[in-house]
Amino acid sequence: MNNRSIAPTFWDRFWRLANPKVFMGWSGRALPWVAAAAGLFLCSGLIWGYFFTPDDIRQGSTVKIIYLHVPAALMAINGYLLMFVGALVWLIRRQHVSVLAAKAAAPVGMVMTLIALATGAIWGQPMWGTYWVWDPRLTSFLILFLFYVGYIALWAAIEDEDTAADLTSVLAIVGAVFAMLSRYAVFFWNQGLHQGTTVTMADGAQQDNISNVFFQPLLLSMMGFGLLFLTLLLIGTRTEVRSRRLKVLQARERME
Amino acid sequence: MIQLFLRDVGLSVRSGGGFGLALIFFLIVVTLIPFALGPDQTALAVIAPGVLWLGALLACLLSLDRIFGLDFEDGTLDLLATSPLPPEAVYIAKAAAHWLTTGLPLALAAPVLGMLLNLDFETGKILCLSLLLGTPALSLIGAFGASLTLGVKRGGLLLSLLVLPLYVPSLIFGAQAVRLAGQGLAYDGALVLLSAISLGAAAILPFASGAALRINLR
Repeated sequence: MNNRSIAPTFWDRFWRLANPKVFMGWSGRALPWVAAAAGLFLCSGLIWGYFFTPDDIRQGSTVKIIYLHVPAALMAINGYLLMFVGALVWLIRRQHVSVLAAKAAAPVGMVMTLIALATGAIWGQPMWGTYWVWDPRLTSFLILFLFYVGYIALWAAIEDEDTAADLTSVLAIVGAVFAMLSRYAVFFWNQGLHQGTTVTMADGAQQDNISNVFFQPLLLSMMGFGLLFLTLLLIGTRTEVRSRRLKVLQARERME
Repeated sequence: MIQLFLRDVGLSVRSGGGFGLALIFFLIVVTLIPFALGPDQTALAVIAPGVLWLGALLACLLSLDRIFGLDFEDGTLDLLATSPLPPEAVYIAKAAAHWLTTGLPLALAAPVLGMLLNLDFETGKILCLSLLLGTPALSLIGAFGASLTLGVKRGGLLLSLLVLPLYVPSLIFGAQAVRLAGQGLAYDGALVLLSAISLGAAAILPFASGAALRINLR
């Protein structure tokens, strides 16, 4: 302890943001802006995508499902990643806000997974002639959905908050490993009908990449979904912090 | 640790321990399949690898909540927690006992039950081998799930919900190996990957499960 300087380092300041009181302060101030930005990006991306882009030569107007499908799928995966990081931070640093953020991310991520699956099915019907095939990408999303459900169910089942936080964090970490494993196993199991990734930021020159006409509104829509996720995450986490406080107050009241 | 292992094996073999129940369940599942799908021999042979793997997996699932459940209720687990034995070792002993009393009999019985589904004996041997290599992962993952849901009252359903998605990779590789063998193709790749999952689970899950046990017993 003696060697340590007293001036706060960058990381001290960073972790300070996760202090519940500090978190409630900055997240409360940031929330309206993030929400407004989410609304702006989503509206502009979706309106541009739906009304001001041409129909695809082969796919016709069904191509426009992409503005919901791809961003939702992106956030579904990032949501689990966020849960993983939140769980790790909780187990290592015992930051309550991080595990509450992971808890808040789970339902949002689950709904994103559902949106991706549902829009994919609606898109698949005219394109592939079927709502569902056991394609690796589709299957791994279904498995991802099951992982979300398991995580949420474990949270709901355990009464003691800290025990629940610990156990769900362990599950989230093991689940992340097995989710990756399932993904590779599923690719080994069946060849796919779903196309590969055509939205690559780095290499726009690739031949069968998505055309810029569709890509620009898609990018807006993806940013909009990201911000929407962040908005819902902040709201969810703030609600969790408040409900914790409420429980403490109630417990205190019973003591008196 | 060895004594704990022997005790668990002993407890499950004796009456009321549920030994053999998994086997009977496996038999019943296999018996019900032709009723559901029709008695066509060639059709049965096609689906036999998958059905047998699935049956073994479900039979394995049945006895999972017994791994820690009874010991948690009567306080044995608390005593074990205060003993010098680390929870990781408790987990390994219990998972090993579960495998010996569930996974191993299932694997050995599978080729015989395969005959009921018109699976030829050569493929049956591969089925047995794939189950031998794959069921350790099922026991390890299952015991991990059981350690997570320890404190949950009536956690049986929750346990299946948590564990079944984790079984996906093992099921895929295991059934794939048998299917490939049935078609006369090279199946060793799938078997290697299946063993890799079992070994990986044995390497990683003790720590996750040990952490879960510590959390539940504090």
